[in-house]
Amino acid sequence: MQALTNRGKQVSREPMSFMERIYLPNIFKGMAITFSHIFKKQPTIQYPEQKREFSPVFRGLHVLNRDEEGRERCTACGLCAVACPAEAITMEAAERMPGEENKYREEKYAAKYEINMLRCIFCGLCEEACPKDAIYLSETFAPANFTRKGFIYGKDDLLIPDKNKAPEEYAAAKGAARV
Amino acid sequence: MSEQPLFKVTIDNITVEVPAGTTILNAARKIGGDVAPPAMCYYSKLEGSGGKCRTCLVEVSKGSEKDPRPMPKLVASCRTTVMDGMEVKNITSDRVMDARSGVVEFLLINHPLDCPVCDQAGECHLQDLSYEHGKAGTRYEFQRRTFKKHDLGDKIQLHMTRCILCYRCVFTADQLTGKREHGVLDRGDHAEIATYIEKNLDNEFIGNVIDVCPVGALTDKTFRFKNRVWFLKPMDAHRDCPTCSGKVTLWNRGDEVFRVTARKDQWGEVEDWICNTCRFDKKQTSDWVIEGPRLIDRHSVISQGHYAGKVGIHKPTETFEAVHGGRQPKLLMDIHSVSEVNKPEITLSKLDRPAHSTDFTSNKD
Repeated sequence: MQALTNRGKQVSREPMSFMERIYLPNIFKGMAITFSHIFKKQPTIQYPEQKREFSPVFRGLHVLNRDEEGRERCTACGLCAVACPAEAITMEAAERMPGEENKYREEKYAAKYEINMLRCIFCGLCEEACPKDAIYLSETFAPANFTRKGFIYGKDDLLIPDKNKAPEEYAAAKGAARV
Repeated sequence: MSEQPLFKVTIDNITVEVPAGTTILNAARKIGGDVAPPAMCYYSKLEGSGGKCRTCLVEVSKGSEKDPRPMPKLVASCRTTVMDGMEVKNITSDRVMDARSGVVEFLLINHPLDCPVCDQAGECHLQDLSYEHGKAGTRYEFQRRTFKKHDLGDKIQLHMTRCILCYRCVFTADQLTGKREHGVLDRGDHAEIATYIEKNLDNEFIGNVIDVCPVGALTDKTFRFKNRVWFLKPMDAHRDCPTCSGKVTLWNRGDEVFRVTARKDQWGEVEDWICNTCRFDKKQTSDWVIEGPRLIDRHSVISQGHYAGKVGIHKPTETFEAVHGGRQPKLLMDIHSVSEVNKPEITLSKLDRPAHSTDFTSNKD
């Protein structure tokens, strides 16, 4: 039979030598390795107190962006939903009424916008498809929850807080590393 | 005993025989596929249409059998009739492709490119044309031409900024309804489609201007912003209509009829004109006899939406019980008990205007 890899080794059936039979040298060798690790740099971090820096391409929880004046950028064009391979995004659009120009950037906006985080695979295709720079994957995690109901994220969960009105919450939603 | 002589034309090295008096465009459409030049203003069902947009330019490399000299300039294929032995180059000619990308650039000079907002996106001929023939950037540095929004009646929305002045809607109103009340006013850069003194267009067949519009300048107000076309399921349906043929395409999501349009053939042209009652007022599935799903080109974005709500009459069935020998699931979440989208008490398709913030009163902000 042909071997799948060239790394296979024939099992040695020879009787063990005296040094092997007393085991002690190998035990001390192993203990020495364990002992030497006390003096090495610890790779573990204490998570909730310490946080590791995210890589710049990290794809975390979605945020719906606002423009410089704090208006919602999303126009409910549906490109994120059609790009989504997991079919996680649904939305309903509405027309902007006179007097709502300070809330919505374009004449059409997403009245409802939902991401089903149980379906989402955080691939970032929605971010790529968005023609209005409205949806971004931030550098935060989707928090755990006890029920499945908590994973249907509506617009009030996703929409980023206004930068001018609540700068601290805005920074938290964007992710700790990219303030 | 043929009363008309057949002319032999060669378009992109493919030879067809067509009756005398056929235009190059129609001869190319007989071959079909990529050989047929795109047309933004020509409409085979409207007399006198064509010759305005210049997207159908082709190169005539041999005039005819008797006079084999090539035509010096590119000609508009929708307006040029074939001659016997004519040789035409469309996609095989670099000159044509170059000129066409120039034409697209001109058509897009004043076009707002608000496709994310526009209801026509996904079935827009200008979108397809610029995708296939256009350049990625624009060289235009000036203010784009803008107009105020017009309401042509209470069912038709006119966005003059998106208009490319193809005159199709003017011909439709003229030939179909016999009572035209809108036309093109002013000249040159100021030219615009308008009704004289904002007159309402009230005619049984005026809704067809929505279907003939190659861009999103004329859109259905009862469908405005309700949904994107690629999330809807097109179905062929008919009803017994006293004024028109009653053969339409329904655009459904689930059981809701979001939009009714005429059936369009492979060139994007209406097969049968439909009346306003069918188009705007019959938004119930029970009004229609459904024939089956409409065939859509699989390269079209319309066939890209796969969301479960689109499937239409077929509802997903719960298989858990059958698989587990009759045991009920301990935890089962019905998405509709949590989701705010597509609530049964807010039926968007029933509104005859776009949805407003007043329709979504449960929103927090």
